[in-house]
Amino acid sequence: MKQILKLLSTILILALVTACQPAGLETGGTEMGESAEPTTLVVGSHDSFTASEEVLAQFENANNVALQFLELGDAGEALNKIILSKDAPLADVFFGVDNSFLSRALNADVFVPYKSPMLAHISDDLKLDPDNTLLPVDFGFVNLNADKSWFADRGLDLPTTLDDLADPAYAGTLVVMNPATSSPGLAFLMTTIAYFGEDGYLDYWQALADNDVLITSGWSEAYFEQFTVGSGDDSVRPVVVSYSTSPPADLLYAADGRTEPASINISPSGATFRQIEFVGILQGTEKMELAQKFVDFMLDTPFQEDIPLQMFVYPSNVNAQLPDIFTQFAEPATDPAVVDPAEIESNREAWINAWTELMLR
Amino acid sequence: MLRRLALRFLYSLPLLFLVFFFFYPLARILQRSLIVDGQLDLGSVFGTLTAPFVWKVLWFTTWQAALSTLCTVLIGLPLAYIFSHYEFPGKTIIKALITVPFVMPTVVVAAAFTTLAGSNGLLNQWLEAAFLLNEPPLQIMRSVWGILLAHVFYNVSVIVRTVGGFWSNLNPRLSEAAQVLGANRLRLLREVTLPLLLPSIVAASLLVFLFCFTSFGVVLILGGLRFATLEVEIYRQAVSLFNLPAAATLSLLQIAITFAIMTVYTRLQARASRPLEMNSQTRMTNRPSGAHEWLLLSGALLAALILLLSPLLALAWRSFTLGDAGFTLQYYAELTVNRRNSAFFVAPLVAVRNSLLYALMTMCLSLILGILSAYLLVRRPTTLPLLGDTVDRTARPAKRKFSSALLDPIFLLPLGTSAVTLGLGYIIAMGSLRTSPLLVPIAHTLIATPFVVRTFLPALRSLDPRLRESAAVMGASPSRVWREIDLPLLFRAALVGAVFAFTISLGEFGATLLVTRPDIPTMPIVIFRALGEPGLLNYGQALAMSTILMVVSAIGLVIIEQFRFGDVGEF
Repeated sequence: MKQILKLLSTILILALVTACQPAGLETGGTEMGESAEPTTLVVGSHDSFTASEEVLAQFENANNVALQFLELGDAGEALNKIILSKDAPLADVFFGVDNSFLSRALNADVFVPYKSPMLAHISDDLKLDPDNTLLPVDFGFVNLNADKSWFADRGLDLPTTLDDLADPAYAGTLVVMNPATSSPGLAFLMTTIAYFGEDGYLDYWQALADNDVLITSGWSEAYFEQFTVGSGDDSVRPVVVSYSTSPPADLLYAADGRTEPASINISPSGATFRQIEFVGILQGTEKMELAQKFVDFMLDTPFQEDIPLQMFVYPSNVNAQLPDIFTQFAEPATDPAVVDPAEIESNREAWINAWTELMLR
Repeated sequence: MLRRLALRFLYSLPLLFLVFFFFYPLARILQRSLIVDGQLDLGSVFGTLTAPFVWKVLWFTTWQAALSTLCTVLIGLPLAYIFSHYEFPGKTIIKALITVPFVMPTVVVAAAFTTLAGSNGLLNQWLEAAFLLNEPPLQIMRSVWGILLAHVFYNVSVIVRTVGGFWSNLNPRLSEAAQVLGANRLRLLREVTLPLLLPSIVAASLLVFLFCFTSFGVVLILGGLRFATLEVEIYRQAVSLFNLPAAATLSLLQIAITFAIMTVYTRLQARASRPLEMNSQTRMTNRPSGAHEWLLLSGALLAALILLLSPLLALAWRSFTLGDAGFTLQYYAELTVNRRNSAFFVAPLVAVRNSLLYALMTMCLSLILGILSAYLLVRRPTTLPLLGDTVDRTARPAKRKFSSALLDPIFLLPLGTSAVTLGLGYIIAMGSLRTSPLLVPIAHTLIATPFVVRTFLPALRSLDPRLRESAAVMGASPSRVWREIDLPLLFRAALVGAVFAFTISLGEFGATLLVTRPDIPTMPIVIFRALGEPGLLNYGQALAMSTILMVVSAIGLVIIEQFRFGDVGEF
């Protein structure tokens, strides 16, 4: 018996090994027939990039190109790797710079300007880079999500402003993320700075601390373990820092066939944070024309309309239609807090240090 | 002549590997960070080193690692005893399950711990119900206790397998002789067992210490954010603030400290080593006899299992019961569904296969390099009195070359180096290799090889050179000596190393070094992707894939443990 087991396991191992190459993933390319060998375009991004097969296949077929994707970490890590590899670029195009890292990206001078014809269809307030070195692809809002039924069950009104969260009536209801280790956490911190001013935000955080705010290190932990809707556990916290698009995402991925999201956006006036994501062509690319075509493609309607249900952010192209689930449950905020990218770059460390001193020490 | 050249080349392979894949990228990133316009940026180096928070962080890093190691050793030794001396039903499975924690991503483990021991977790619920309390009595999460517990959870298998493997090969004659001469159990432990085990205890605790010292995810998630280790601080400086000089300085500080500790430890281990008469494992283990032995065994095992296995079981349980629908397989089914037609969808079997392939490649590569390194480190066989002739505890190995003494900790360096820094070094230094899939097993091998070296070395040093000499005198060629003396006696130690290399690769230690290629996905990648979007279906998928990871690792471990080839195995 043991011999047979041994033999079987050896065969299994050999079979795995002789299957040789680690199995790959078809990125939507269809049969090319007899045409020329497709060129490869390397697209670098952060870890959250995704798009649907058909849309990418459109681009690949139209241009006889094979897209190769590289994931370089979260937004900050990815940009740093791009900057460090300036002399030997990792990719031809990079998607994933957001407005909190915009200054760092522009100062590092790793991108090539490209005035895409598609820019005519992009709303002007997203074009934070006048030189078009970095072009806006999508935007999202860091917002507060609340559990509707939790508040309803206790006969409480939903909090509507930031000050409500510091009110003792809502003690112990909020979970936030550490701005040093979480991008939405940092966005929320910057929201409070924009809303209360540099002189007042620390007092607000002190009030939150007195009101028993819970701080986690990352979004996954906050959402999936400490938020009632995300964890399915009624005993944790009903308000979380997350994205405006989290309610429809929660609905799409609900396990119980519901028709309305369990969470709702609080969208306090002037207290959501708009995050814009940019794409740029890297210096040193040898496929400039193809890269430009890809940027055009990313800003064009087919890709833009694909974005909401893939990455759960809003498209920057004004002609792109939002899916119903977005218009119903995740309207874009109309008055987000705005902080200048250059200010973010120069003050980030000071703000994070001040916050850490107050909240964690 | 040719043979000597071939041997020299073989022996230099591990060094070449280290130089190319460790020292070179490290040098490049340090150069990039610290050298401005051809000059060493001493200003920022001093600035970082004199910042008071750095020394606070360093102090915390050191004491939590030391305390974690102590706790792990204290819990691991009794378990090592049980596993090396007793046969009982389910032994293989339990041993595999104890090692599975090594493989689990920290985010997932944190979720499991929270389910069990969080303020609203199962334990607190039971305790509150049992003792009619109002407040949850256990507040261990987000505290040092959470960190300690998690470190023990992750690392106890290192002690159990390393020390246990060594222990099971020890000749019982010495203990028997001591008992005949009148030593009671305590004295036996103190004067015979522990000194004999010392090399492997030192080896295992060093590995555990290094892991705890460079701990990142555990401290970040389970420590409650009030604490930061050096590794966390390096991440903050390098990624969040892009302050490369500070990050590089801290990395150098970390390397210097771990190098110093490694040097002390390796000298200690070498001095404690002596040739021993090795025994077949099967002769040492037997079923417990009598009720009281069974009772003791079950009691200890139960305690261990509760500590070590319950988080895993809680995780698996949650993957079937998440949400309000009771027991369900929907999350496993969801893994196979590409709901959004995403081009980046990963079929679960593909991920499993890729992870296993990388793990097998890592295992083979690190075994070869690790065993070569170990032989390189003991190339001057010593002439020691064979224990049994004289129990001379003051006997010292013949003076070793200084280079050997230095090489020992050098092979350990990758374990003590910040993965963030090394990863950035790879970006600068590795050219077209940066995006190659081959880099994945290579990066894993970098972490796994020190493990193989450290677990193989005590066994190698304990090999009585007189056995080899006798074989040679009787006419065996050097390769035959190796095949028929070394191989059977050292097989068990090599197996322990192989097991760890396999688990290290499955758990993707050092994943931050690398550029991820979404076209070659692995199991941890699927888990992280699932945790990136809201929705219980996503959370459930993460739990389901984590459970699959656990099961695949356990099966892989069981298969490796049973591996024998030819008639080599137990002698």
